[in-house]
Amino acid sequence: MKKTFQLENLDCAHCAEKMADAINKLDKVKEADIAFMTQKLTIEAEEEDFDSILKDAQKAIKKVERGCKIVV
Amino acid sequence: MKKGILTKSQKFQIMRICISAVLLALAMLLPVTGWGKIVLFLAAYAVVAYPVLWEALLNIIHGQVFDENFLMALASIGALGMKAFSEAVAVMLFYSVGELFESYAVNKSRRSITELMDIKPDHATLLKDGVETVVDPGEVSPGDLVIVKPGEKVPLDGTVEEGTSSVDTSALTGESIPVDVSEGDDISSGCVNLSGLLTVRVTKEFGESTVSKILDLVENAAGKKAPTEKFITKFARYYTPAVVAAAVILAFVPQIFEPAHPVADWFTSEWVYRALMFLVVSCPCALVISVPLSFFGGIGAASRKGILIKGSSYMESLTKIDTAIFDKTGTLTTGVFKVTDVKGPDDTLMLAAYAENYSSHPISLSIKEAYGEDIDENRIKDVHELAGKGISAIIDGRQIYAGNATLMKDQGIEVPESSEPGTLVYVAEDDTYHGHILISDEIKEDSAEALASLREQGIKTVMLTGDRDVIAEHVAEKLGITETHSQLLPSDKVALAEKIIDSDESGKVMFTGDGINDAPVLARADIGVAMGGMGSEAAIEAADVVIMDDKLSKLRTIISIAKRTMSIAKQNIVFALTVKAVILVISAIGLGNMWLAIFADVGVSVIAILNSMRTLVTRD
Repeated sequence: MKKTFQLENLDCAHCAEKMADAINKLDKVKEADIAFMTQKLTIEAEEEDFDSILKDAQKAIKKVERGCKIVV
Repeated sequence: MKKGILTKSQKFQIMRICISAVLLALAMLLPVTGWGKIVLFLAAYAVVAYPVLWEALLNIIHGQVFDENFLMALASIGALGMKAFSEAVAVMLFYSVGELFESYAVNKSRRSITELMDIKPDHATLLKDGVETVVDPGEVSPGDLVIVKPGEKVPLDGTVEEGTSSVDTSALTGESIPVDVSEGDDISSGCVNLSGLLTVRVTKEFGESTVSKILDLVENAAGKKAPTEKFITKFARYYTPAVVAAAVILAFVPQIFEPAHPVADWFTSEWVYRALMFLVVSCPCALVISVPLSFFGGIGAASRKGILIKGSSYMESLTKIDTAIFDKTGTLTTGVFKVTDVKGPDDTLMLAAYAENYSSHPISLSIKEAYGEDIDENRIKDVHELAGKGISAIIDGRQIYAGNATLMKDQGIEVPESSEPGTLVYVAEDDTYHGHILISDEIKEDSAEALASLREQGIKTVMLTGDRDVIAEHVAEKLGITETHSQLLPSDKVALAEKIIDSDESGKVMFTGDGINDAPVLARADIGVAMGGMGSEAAIEAADVVIMDDKLSKLRTIISIAKRTMSIAKQNIVFALTVKAVILVISAIGLGNMWLAIFADVGVSVIAILNSMRTLVTRD
């Protein structure tokens, strides 16, 4: 299933690409994409995996742009 | 998003930039020499550079090497090492100005899109047992009653239970003329109530309401990326490492061939200075920001015109259309039937209206509407509906038949042949022909104009319809359609459309339909355009582009927005790449200087962003 999350303080366009790449490489993530303009992160994965994926995704995002957060 | 023009961190950044610029000017203009001058330069550098250096350091710790902060840090520290103090400060100063400008531009366009889509109702006034309570629209269930006061947004889709008013649908359709609503009318969420108090019976949950669907669609529009956008992403991935590698080679390889010199001099030679310029130019910022920004602006501009485009990839396809297929009823024509001609004695229309009194078929309704007078039901007896054929009834004691040619044939009644375009309803008394009524579906006012504009652009037009040949030909002739296929069954339509799509290899095929029965074709075409009819679900789901107010002339607007957006995106790509390439060459052969490199980086970004913001502007 696909879920969309709002990001905060995503300021750099090619950082968004880097984040999406990193999240795509996470285990259990089927597909991930970040829309820079709307600051939206879309992740496709199994329902039960979302909790752990979100934690890892947040870490991956922080690595690229420190101020950027997933709004839960 | 933060309110106000500038965010706190942006204001802080402006302050640092100003202080640094003043210090730089002092260092360059004051008659101080030696250490005094160096201290001033270093102070100017420190004020503006420390966040960049800090960020670069943190990123290295996180294993992110080739980020722009790192490149700028390296370039400026390199310049400091070479005692090129003013250049070192300038690199950081202009880099910060560029960053500031970028974040301002991004925020501004994000905000204008949000404003554009400011259709989300923030509350609903629920009416339960005569008590009004203000709740979140998400808490209202279908069947509940909500009150919409003048000036408020309709929170959920529903039907007007009580009250009359006019509503502003411009946020949904781009149409500025208000629509009148009264009891029994359907009303879409996101409309603004202008005058009267309305009580609305909610028909859909908030998540299923028009406003939620539209917001979801627009916000996720960036999802389907255009080939151009994907190219930029890929390009950026290789560009930076390639330029950095080239910089390293440029810095040291030529020196191998020079006469032997002390190792310390290797790092302060002219070659290293040239390599530092490479580093400054190596950031692909101008492209990675401006290209998606162009597409986003284009999508925003379209939505302001009541056109929803589901992704930038469709934006690109729209510029390559060479065939446009249309469904007839509801797309080229209004889909509303009207009596356009009556042949026979004066009472023909009256007899037909009486006969059709109990039927709710669109054709019966159009006859009753044309008759316009009240029907005295006591005059009607023995009504029999003959499915697919017509009706037999006794009116004022006369045996009347009203229906199509098949009914007349079944009754053995001879009727005159007719080649008039439209649906014919014959009226007969006993076994003799009495008269007939012609009912047609009107061509939309702007269909001709829309098709003419497509023809001007060299696009082939094809019409598919299930209607009779005469009707199809009549419409095709009036609108100047290139190719017409009529009397098609729904399955024939799909097969035929697929054949056209498959055989067209040179360009893209657009299909425009009302979105009700043509979902398969809408999905199959390169670009499916649906008449949204204020957000009919089927249409929004199957189509790639939705015209919210059903106006066909919007096709021209769509194509022109798409072309403009693509051309702006391409201008940015060509401009940025050309400037960067030229400056790389100039730097390599030793003709450039750091100032030029800074322009290639920051100047190009700023110009490209300004250019891409032009897509937000809509013109008619």
